[in-house]
Amino acid sequence: MLYILKTALELGLLYSLVPMALFLSYRVLDIADLTTDGCFVLGAAVSVQMAAMGHPILGIPLAMCAGACAGFVTAFLHTRLKVPSILAGIITNTGLYTINLMTMGWSSNVSLLKKTTIYSMFKSIPFVGDWGSVILTFIIVAAVSAFLMFFLGTRLGLSIRATGDNIDMVRASSVNPTFTITVGLCLANAMTALSGAMVAQNQKTVDINGGTGIVVIGLACLIIGETVLGRRSVKKGVIAAVVGSIIYRVIYAICLYTKIIPVDFLKLLTAVVVAIAIAFPALKKGAAFMKKKRIHMRGGDKNA
Amino acid sequence: MLDIKNISVTFNPGTPDEKKAVTNLSMHLDDGDFVTIIGSNGAGKSTLFNAVAGTFFVDEGSIILGGQDITFLEEHKRSRIIGRMFQDPLKGTAPSMTIEENLALAYLRSSEGTSPFSHISGRDKKIFREKLSMLGMGLEDRMRHPVGLLSGGQRQALTLLMATMVTPKILLLDEHTAALDPATAEKVIELTRKIVGENHITCMMITHNMKQALEIGNRTFLMADGNIVYDVKGEERNGLKVEDLLEKFKAGTGKALDNDRILLS
Repeated sequence: MLYILKTALELGLLYSLVPMALFLSYRVLDIADLTTDGCFVLGAAVSVQMAAMGHPILGIPLAMCAGACAGFVTAFLHTRLKVPSILAGIITNTGLYTINLMTMGWSSNVSLLKKTTIYSMFKSIPFVGDWGSVILTFIIVAAVSAFLMFFLGTRLGLSIRATGDNIDMVRASSVNPTFTITVGLCLANAMTALSGAMVAQNQKTVDINGGTGIVVIGLACLIIGETVLGRRSVKKGVIAAVVGSIIYRVIYAICLYTKIIPVDFLKLLTAVVVAIAIAFPALKKGAAFMKKKRIHMRGGDKNA
Repeated sequence: MLDIKNISVTFNPGTPDEKKAVTNLSMHLDDGDFVTIIGSNGAGKSTLFNAVAGTFFVDEGSIILGGQDITFLEEHKRSRIIGRMFQDPLKGTAPSMTIEENLALAYLRSSEGTSPFSHISGRDKKIFREKLSMLGMGLEDRMRHPVGLLSGGQRQALTLLMATMVTPKILLLDEHTAALDPATAEKVIELTRKIVGENHITCMMITHNMKQALEIGNRTFLMADGNIVYDVKGEERNGLKVEDLLEKFKAGTGKALDNDRILLS
């Protein structure tokens, strides 16, 4: 049982930067950034290839740079060329498939058997042992979370937040929304790629389809976290991403272990949960309307 | 302060929906002028403001503000020297951010030199506090509250503060009290007068309240069909009554003032 929880915690932390990236793009900037799927694999591919060449540490920042570039392409399409944001993400995502294959040397998966990774390096430090990957991932996630919280309180961070909140007001404050959207998407995708890079080095493999559906899973994690913690402030949002990610992986592990729900069903379940959670305000409104209508009809009967 | 020469704006040119919103309009504002603008529906009042603020570029003519040619300057760059308020209180502030954060954004206009990675400093907060207390709405004790919790009047007062946080070269007020209840509107107008007066801000205010148009400021424009048909200030303006204004309008355009929201008193 402890082993299951440990795996869930590890996976939760490894993937937590995806919901955090979505917090930045979807919640803060109010842009559904579908670059995520391809960007995750891009980060994984870059870091695996670098590790295969013997530079596992260098692979991490390079993966983030690659992710930021992907984010830049989406932002450029959206802001400068006026492509609707969702379409811009899909276009970049489609293009990334080829880029990812290219990065992986035109093969659909690359593995790092017996190669050094940041995790094997960290575990070789004395007294670290089994919990090494959890600790290292936690350190990275904590650093990124702290940076994001700090960043969103800076003048540039405030401008980015205002861009998602009231874009007219941003222009009136002498801030160029093109710039803030670009910075935001670059940062979000760098985080997604970092998550991919960590997952790939941890599992010593990258698969070209490894990112499929990760944007929906990420949203599910974010929504779970926000349900637990509430979504009032930036700090809560960032923590919610991590907490939600861990909870999701615990649920996943329980399903896997107890077979309450077959694991193959989990993506469908995730999709349904996300759809319901995002539709919730509309559903609530609809329910309220139906209730009002019912009362009205009943009242009408009484008068008749 | 503001020099507009022969500007024209046409929407949807070359289509059946073509609309000449502003035609060949010229005007000159002196430093410290406070102009009230009255006009019928579709007279081009808001188009004039949009052209000055840079929401779109003019098709012809030039706009010079404080000696700087801003005809083709982008909106976000112009906003450094232009303050603007709309009728809708929701337009001027970011609802999910706190009062303090909103003010910090407005304050960005002044801070060309400061690092984009700097936080709101204690000194900034003190300035914000002082400015907020001037509104007399108790907002200085709610600096960490999200703006979305404020009433329309409070939001509009806050927007006014933000628009003038860094003294703009021109302040554009587009019926900024029209969506407020009469008492709140009166308060926001008082604040407007006070802030504009104290900082000697050049200002243009669109209003549909004829009486207000004559009471506030030192100059009044009547607009119709994309141009200014009557421009009055000084002695002549002081003696003017609402009826005279309506008369002038008829004389200028040959038809009665047609604005479904106009208030005569």
